[in-house]
Amino acid sequence: MDTGFSISLLDIRPIVPEITMVCAGLILLLLDLVVRKKEVVAFVGIVGAIVALYGTFKLYGLSEPQIAFSNMFILDGYANFFKLIFYLNVIMTIGISVKYMKVEKASYGEYYALLLFSTTGMMIMASAGDLIVLYLGLELMALSTYILAGLLRGQTRSNEAALKYFFLGAFSSAFLLYGIALTYGITGTTNISDIAVSLLTLDIVGNPVTMLGIIFIIVAFGFKIALIPFHMWAPDVYEGAPTSVTAFMSVGPKAAGFAVLGRVLFDAFGVMQVQWVSILIPLAVLTMAGGSIIALAQTNIKRMLAYSSIAHAGYMLLGIIAGTSIGLTSTVNYLMIYLFMNMGAFAIVIMMRREGFQGENIEDYMGLAKDHPLASALMLVFMFSLAGIPPTAGFIGKFYVFMAAIHEGYTYLAIIAVVFSAVSAFFYLRIVVYMYMKDPKESVTLTTSPSLSIVLAVTAMMVLILGIFPSILLNLVRYSILG
Amino acid sequence: MVPLSWYIMLSAVMFSIGVFGFLARRNLIIIFMSIELMLNSVNISLVAFSHYLQSMRGQILVFFVIAVAAAEAAIGLAILIAYYKNNPTIKVDEITGLKG
Repeated sequence: MDTGFSISLLDIRPIVPEITMVCAGLILLLLDLVVRKKEVVAFVGIVGAIVALYGTFKLYGLSEPQIAFSNMFILDGYANFFKLIFYLNVIMTIGISVKYMKVEKASYGEYYALLLFSTTGMMIMASAGDLIVLYLGLELMALSTYILAGLLRGQTRSNEAALKYFFLGAFSSAFLLYGIALTYGITGTTNISDIAVSLLTLDIVGNPVTMLGIIFIIVAFGFKIALIPFHMWAPDVYEGAPTSVTAFMSVGPKAAGFAVLGRVLFDAFGVMQVQWVSILIPLAVLTMAGGSIIALAQTNIKRMLAYSSIAHAGYMLLGIIAGTSIGLTSTVNYLMIYLFMNMGAFAIVIMMRREGFQGENIEDYMGLAKDHPLASALMLVFMFSLAGIPPTAGFIGKFYVFMAAIHEGYTYLAIIAVVFSAVSAFFYLRIVVYMYMKDPKESVTLTTSPSLSIVLAVTAMMVLILGIFPSILLNLVRYSILG
Repeated sequence: MVPLSWYIMLSAVMFSIGVFGFLARRNLIIIFMSIELMLNSVNISLVAFSHYLQSMRGQILVFFVIAVAAAEAAIGLAILIAYYKNNPTIKVDEITGLKG
């Protein structure tokens, strides 16, 4: 039905969280004009995100998936769980940025507004029931993040990061659009559930144009979630962007990309699973291998975490490749765990930054344990978790993803993943060795703030709790996705 | 009446020229123009499909693409100017502050 669009007031209810986020962002922009202290703006931003979170929480109780705007917008447990990841991501990012932006002399109020707008884009992506809505959500997310990456206007490397991110991001969204156009041309619709129907009724499953459409869409999201060989922007952008923004975009856009991949590949192209799995397998192997091996050579911790984030995207992809709802569950579970451990690691990196000292070289961590035992212990927990060592959550995340892959007969993929996971332990543990077993070159003072300490405490606690009691998170994920 | 395949061919050729321009040219403004070329080639194929299928969805998407492309141009050029203020060059080969 192309002509009979009708919008009723009931359609508004599922998008209340998104509306709340946009309103909060607009309020922040106005508040920025009248309030001198940017801490207030940051606090209002957190409050806005929490109000939206409450809205999502109220909608969570509805067991039936909600469909609004003529099937353009879907609100199901899957979308709701991803929104939870995005809220936590934006709240914790604001928590770690307040002091950091002051140190960088870039306390702009619009920074917080852009974080909220970008998060709104991700939420729309997670809920998209139509490729048009998906594209709009993607652009809202991406355009806000381009600006965030270049926020430190006076620094050449921040400008350069924004420039590279912008050009490759625009390039990839052109690919996405071409993929959408081809899919629309052959199926006659852009609606995700209608595409699945058309693929069967028109008998175009093996059609080269359909294949081309899927390839273009996968390439576009390969750029967004930084799969090798589409990763070349990631290390440069992660290094040049302000550290708080790096933390934000190493989790948010990646999770949004996976949300869309899960939705489009499973719901729209579910019948073509054999085809898209055969595209994803080489990408996953390359990503795991490349990310882990190149990270070994890095001397800058932000670059190292960039390659680590690439490698993690490869592990997460295994859950999608498994192609079952259990596989999808394990990927989503991994994303939530990755949010905590990655955010914690970046919070420590941010603490190292003070006026006149970047604190981004791995050698700056030498002997940190002598002066700052608590910070080093927390870094140790996050590094163990990123490496996937048992009592931490990172192990649980990897375990379920590998189990899902083995369950579907991809044992060789799981073996490759474990091998490169062992390789990656080398560069994570190198940080630990530097902190505990080397002598300090110079004494380091850490920049702390109450909000940063809260984020650190929460992330460290979650990494340990989810490592010891994984069923808490896993049950929530299962409830959300499987119903 | 021009058959659908001609439009699709035109769109594919334009898209390929855009991709080639993005990868091969060394001037940021030209690269930016190549991206616009890619977006507009998609618009051609969307409108052609939309007319062929007698469905409005493609044309609606084209309007969104045009609007987003305008926003993208605003942000992209702003980023370019911010860069140029610190580093007066628009040659890709000279932008090597961050090593990939």
